[in-house]
Amino acid sequence: MAMITAEHLRKVYPVAIRDPGLAGTVRHFFQRRYRQVVAVDDVSFSIEPGEVVGFLGANGAGKTTTLKMLTGLIHPSSGVARVAGFEPFRRESRFLRQISLVMGQKQQLIWDLPALDSLKINGAIYGLSDAALRRRVGELAELLGLQDQLTQPVRKLSLGERMKAELLAALLHDPQVLFLDEPTLGLDVNAQAAVRQFLADYNRQSGATVLLTSHYMADITQLCPRVIVIHQGRLIYDGALEGLRSRFAPYREIQLDLERAVEVADLSRFGEVEACEGRSARLLVDRQTLTDTVAQLLAQLPVVDLRVEEPAIEDIIGKVFAAGGPA
Amino acid sequence: MNRSLRTAATLLKVYYDYMVEYRAELILWVLSGSLPLILMGVWAEAGQSGQFGLSPLQFIRYFLAVFLTRQLTVVWVIYEFEKEVLKGQLSFRLLQPLDPGWHHFASHLSERLARLPFAFALVGAFFLIYPQAFWLPSPIQLLLFAVAIAAAFCLRFLIQYTFSMLAFWMERASAIEQFWFLFYLFLSGMVAPLELFPPLLRQITLWTPFPYLVWFPSAVLLGLPVNVLQGFGMIVLWTGIFWVLNRWLWRRGLRHYSGMGA
Repeated sequence: MAMITAEHLRKVYPVAIRDPGLAGTVRHFFQRRYRQVVAVDDVSFSIEPGEVVGFLGANGAGKTTTLKMLTGLIHPSSGVARVAGFEPFRRESRFLRQISLVMGQKQQLIWDLPALDSLKINGAIYGLSDAALRRRVGELAELLGLQDQLTQPVRKLSLGERMKAELLAALLHDPQVLFLDEPTLGLDVNAQAAVRQFLADYNRQSGATVLLTSHYMADITQLCPRVIVIHQGRLIYDGALEGLRSRFAPYREIQLDLERAVEVADLSRFGEVEACEGRSARLLVDRQTLTDTVAQLLAQLPVVDLRVEEPAIEDIIGKVFAAGGPA
Repeated sequence: MNRSLRTAATLLKVYYDYMVEYRAELILWVLSGSLPLILMGVWAEAGQSGQFGLSPLQFIRYFLAVFLTRQLTVVWVIYEFEKEVLKGQLSFRLLQPLDPGWHHFASHLSERLARLPFAFALVGAFFLIYPQAFWLPSPIQLLLFAVAIAAAFCLRFLIQYTFSMLAFWMERASAIEQFWFLFYLFLSGMVAPLELFPPLLRQITLWTPFPYLVWFPSAVLLGLPVNVLQGFGMIVLWTGIFWVLNRWLWRRGLRHYSGMGA
């Protein structure tokens, strides 16, 4: 049975419209006008237990709104969500004990107290005994590389340490389903790598199902064999990360080193010229004609070296979003 | 230990630690509730004329009791809850298998424990300066006062927490509290004891929840003639009404919640 199921999920928000200027302000005071904004539109997918799935989309694409519906924070306008066999919005205690949500831009820890105090509250709420709490905190703190920091006030921690403490708080009750919304947001490269490694270890050890949104493609490429791409509220891709290339980037990149400089016009016969500087050039070539094109390049141009490369996932995603959706 | 008791004990302990982080603020919060002490001076002076039914000493003791009652029943949940809804911080609370209201309730109770020594110290200092005002309530009066204070705090908290639910629909739910506070100020007995109200106004007021939030516990402590059964009955009645309203608004409000800013 799938751990997470979304069936035709849709969320519509009313957003107040206010015209600029004094007249607009006065009109807004006496008569509010609203427009309906469709944040998520007919999104369906299902995720099996233990899967780690990347949830991709530009800002405002509807990722966070979908996560909020799946965690029961907001009520779907229509459609059905089921997580671990429960309807999230009913917020049954047994459901809440199986899930967790980490939001990179929000914190649950009490700002002026040591993180350990917030962990004690969470431990009590989730019914962990003192011994179980100590053991669990010890295990997670070791995995996260957090030791003394837990006894310092949260406000004194660095952003990376705070994020790790947030992860610890979110995982204290050993959730079977983990929703992560930008867990590495704003972290430096080392902290990002540490959080990433922790999440990979946690998934391997606990078998938890993970749905992760991130703007850092490294998070996705290193953690998520499968991705779901959402654009303007609609699901545009659901499948293997590698499949994104064939779906949205049916081309390969050819890098050329030449004996002498050539004109762009000489290159454009073979494919789309990405760069041409001196004796180096980069071309995008359709995958279907790759072999023929390589043969022609070698035959017709003074090629010293030729390399064929896959386009980077970051570039593909960037192009899909920049173009306003899939071609 | 029973899980609920353990949760309650942990919440109280951690929120107590949180409250005592703000030592200076605690003293200022106690002092900011000094309006009854100011009114005490005014009424004690007016009581000299003998036309208000209470002697100057009774006025002084009444407002001292009001001061103590206010210290033990002050509530600010609407400002916290409003912020949580508007900034989306409520989301974390909603993800836990504990009604978010208990966090607020526990933080209020803990604050009370942290504030108590300062409030008692102020009352003690008052008796040192003005020993004629000292009186010793009987054990039964003290017991009834303790129950009345606990009940008044619960009702005051519940009323304000119910208004807090409006934050799901409006950006400034706290404006409702400010409007309500006007009635609270005059009808609770904070500005003048109910004994001074015109008979009709007093009869009407006794059917509202206001007098049971300040006047009733204070009158019990002073040993003024009050109908204790009616007082507790009205508290139970209004608690029931606001409880039903609170849960109804909570369920409807959650459908409006959008977890803003997250």
